[in-house]
Amino acid sequence: MRIEVNGTARDITATTLAEALVELGWAEARVATALNGEFVPSSARAGQALRDGDRLEVLAPMQGG
Amino acid sequence: MRDFYGVTLDSPLMLGTAQYPSPAILQAAFRASGASVATVSLRREGGQGQAFWSLIRDLGVRVLPNTAGCHSAREAVTTARMAREVFETNWIKLEVIGHADTLQPDPFGLLDAAETLSAEGFEVFPYTTEDQVLAGRLLDAGCKVLMPWGAPIGSGLGLNNRYGLRMLRAAFPDVPMVIDAGIGLPSHAADALEMGFDAVLLNTAVAQAGDPEAMARAFGLAVQAGALARAADPMEPREMAAPSTPLIGKAWL
Repeated sequence: MRIEVNGTARDITATTLAEALVELGWAEARVATALNGEFVPSSARAGQALRDGDRLEVLAPMQGG
Repeated sequence: MRDFYGVTLDSPLMLGTAQYPSPAILQAAFRASGASVATVSLRREGGQGQAFWSLIRDLGVRVLPNTAGCHSAREAVTTARMAREVFETNWIKLEVIGHADTLQPDPFGLLDAAETLSAEGFEVFPYTTEDQVLAGRLLDAGCKVLMPWGAPIGSGLGLNNRYGLRMLRAAFPDVPMVIDAGIGLPSHAADALEMGFDAVLLNTAVAQAGDPEAMARAFGLAVQAGALARAADPMEPREMAAPSTPLIGKAWL
């Protein structure tokens, strides 16, 4: 299926959010996720199904003021 | 000294982590400043986030994540929830921006988000104006700290409305307050501490200085001076001169 990851279209075979993070190379990364604008806690990623056209945001620590 | 959600800070200086010429200069600036808190943000992972996180952990200071760039309560609340998970802290510097040019807080969105987040157990540091009515409403919403602006973010103008800030300080004498934004010089920071504010939060003034490490040290000394002066109970200013040298015993010449 095709989803949008951080604003870029990506074709993935994963069907859950947890699998998608592994496929995208963020299995071990310290990141937070939001699906279609809603926060998905890390504990809920395995049970979070993905659908074609979903918008996934994967955020990481960054400089801030 | 007033505490921040039960935490007493070693230094009343909170320092941002953005805009430094290099990570090494950021580290040097933190060491030189003695800052006790580092503000951080969350952005799309582009490969830099993991190294940045390990750099921040090595600073050995408390982390205050922000919701910078959020223009709605909904966006800010979602960002705060994500930040809590990543940074493992209930602290959140809540920014809900109302205007693109002034970066002035949106008071309505701010209050809305503060209510939601406080109810979820967040310890909210709301970036607000000197407005007393809004301050009261934020406290009612569950905030136990206020972060009034000195001047617009990144402007370096200092304490733009000293009267308003003084009135806010006096109106809520028991509430810990941090002057956040607009601080351009160490004298501005000392001024804020002398007025009875509990800490200052700044970023650009250090990161964009010609010598960030030296400027960081200057700010560290300024906040110490300001806090010491406040605790020492400053004299009241007066309109007329008053001789400091005794008149008694002056020679008849």
